[in-house]
Amino acid sequence: MTDREFGGPGTVPLDTKAIREDFTILSRTVRDGRPMVYLDSGATSQKPRQVLDAEREFYERHNAAVHRGAHQLAEEATDAYESARETIARFIGADAGEVVFTKNATEAINLVTYAMSNAATAEEGLRRFQVGPGDEIVVTEMEHHANLVPWQQLCQRTGATLRWFPVTEQGRLDLSDLGGLVNERTRVVAFAHQSNVLGTVNPVAPIVARAREVGALVVLDACQSVPHMPVDVTDLDVDFLAFSGHKMLGPNGIGVLWGRRELLEAMPPFISGGSMIGVVHMEHSTWADPPQRFEAGVPMAPQAVGLAAACDYLTEVGMDRVAAHEHELVEYALKRVGELEGVRIVGPTEAVDRGGAVSFVVDDIHPHDVGQVLDDRGVEVRVGHHCAWPLHRKLGIVATTRASFYLYNTLEDVDALVEAIRDAQKFFGTRP
Amino acid sequence: MQLDAMYQEIILDHYRNPHHKGLRDPHDAEAHHINPTCGDEVTLRVALTPAEGSALDEKAVVSDVSYEGMGCSISQASTSVLTDLLIGQTVAEGMATLDAFTEMMQSRGKGEPDEDVLEDAVAFVGVSKYPARIKCALLGWMAWKDAVSQSLEKEGA
Repeated sequence: MTDREFGGPGTVPLDTKAIREDFTILSRTVRDGRPMVYLDSGATSQKPRQVLDAEREFYERHNAAVHRGAHQLAEEATDAYESARETIARFIGADAGEVVFTKNATEAINLVTYAMSNAATAEEGLRRFQVGPGDEIVVTEMEHHANLVPWQQLCQRTGATLRWFPVTEQGRLDLSDLGGLVNERTRVVAFAHQSNVLGTVNPVAPIVARAREVGALVVLDACQSVPHMPVDVTDLDVDFLAFSGHKMLGPNGIGVLWGRRELLEAMPPFISGGSMIGVVHMEHSTWADPPQRFEAGVPMAPQAVGLAAACDYLTEVGMDRVAAHEHELVEYALKRVGELEGVRIVGPTEAVDRGGAVSFVVDDIHPHDVGQVLDDRGVEVRVGHHCAWPLHRKLGIVATTRASFYLYNTLEDVDALVEAIRDAQKFFGTRP
Repeated sequence: MQLDAMYQEIILDHYRNPHHKGLRDPHDAEAHHINPTCGDEVTLRVALTPAEGSALDEKAVVSDVSYEGMGCSISQASTSVLTDLLIGQTVAEGMATLDAFTEMMQSRGKGEPDEDVLEDAVAFVGVSKYPARIKCALLGWMAWKDAVSQSLEKEGA
């Protein structure tokens, strides 16, 4: 990377102007020449040139199937892939051997749930991964479908019971019955580090502490935290952690499952096939050590290289500064959007333990229609239930409009959002 | 501004003052459809009157369409327009109208809808430019198709 500064070391705010120059797409226009205001990074982030260049360079210089073949290209490709694993592991304070590449975070979570299914019919040695009738799995009401449906399915397949932490009206986890919900029957507690709808950052430590008391595994959905704040798996002390590359400036088609080494070593595979094996006979096979055990087939090496470049980019900017920048944006957005008449923020209205997703409802205008007017003004947001349907049902709303921020967003982007919401109210005649 | 092409006055009128809204009896069948991307939903009932001397078939007349729903302006207005168009048509005519509407919605704004067939529904041609909203416009129509099919199947069973 170049040695350009993003506002100088240790200074806040970030030089978003310099950062934005790395994201060609941010200078395009939409809908009849409107400058684009991208406020949908919670769904997927844009990618800086450095990430695209890294992927292109891999294809142009080193492309080969990794962990196969002994020719020079295969060597280079394998080195690039494994060195990407080291960079990505370092980014979350982990050892490379604990980082498993998956298609995305959804697959990472399914890897755990299906490994547990496979364990259910395996020998007694896998008891720690086995769940069945009488066992309980605890999730939360604010989960993205990706960290809810796989656990529902695991319960259906095995006869285990699914339970969940409720969400308060303020959009926080209700931990008042932590001791009752997480009990001696609990085998797994799975929850989001940061809600993709509410922006709420959940308290990991008390949940982990309780899970440890009862011997339950802790699975953290870190899709909305790893891209936006410093995350260290050692500090969090969870057992598994999942995130996606495409939400953190990286390419699509790659996600990460981090797991404690001793757990990964004991866990049966999810997808089987080439390069995840130890020895194969016609009658039976043995498994490779992790992480290869969980990476059947030719892996997404170019995307791993791209994701490593994204980690380098974020490290150069500084994750603490990314978090501080987003904090400033969300504080401003909560104030500006919150003070609009006829608009209600869904989620914590104070920027405390709160990340850069601001969801809201506009009185008497359906989110689809809000989004349509915003889009007409060049403001790109997400509308709908954001794959968190039970949460919306709990809050008594069908859908919301969500603006989500990243390091390339500015206070002016928030102003454009506010202006566009006012336009929507004018267009539908709900406000003068 | 492209918004006006999409939200034509006819659409906003139907949205603010929906026609034939509310669930009514008698009805032959009811269908509940949900748009999984946004959670919008419609519950729609149809009542059919068989043509003279025959059982419920394609010649039956759609004597009532009633519905309840929650959703965006496009889905709600489209369902309201549907009731105006299809009540009084035979099932065969209604299916032809549905086909014409579906074809227009898939035209990416390039359709030249027949106003004699689609009447107020031609206003939705602007919506067809926005692929994400096509499902909104079709929500009620798919529920109608489903409810009619159920009615005819029941008769055949």
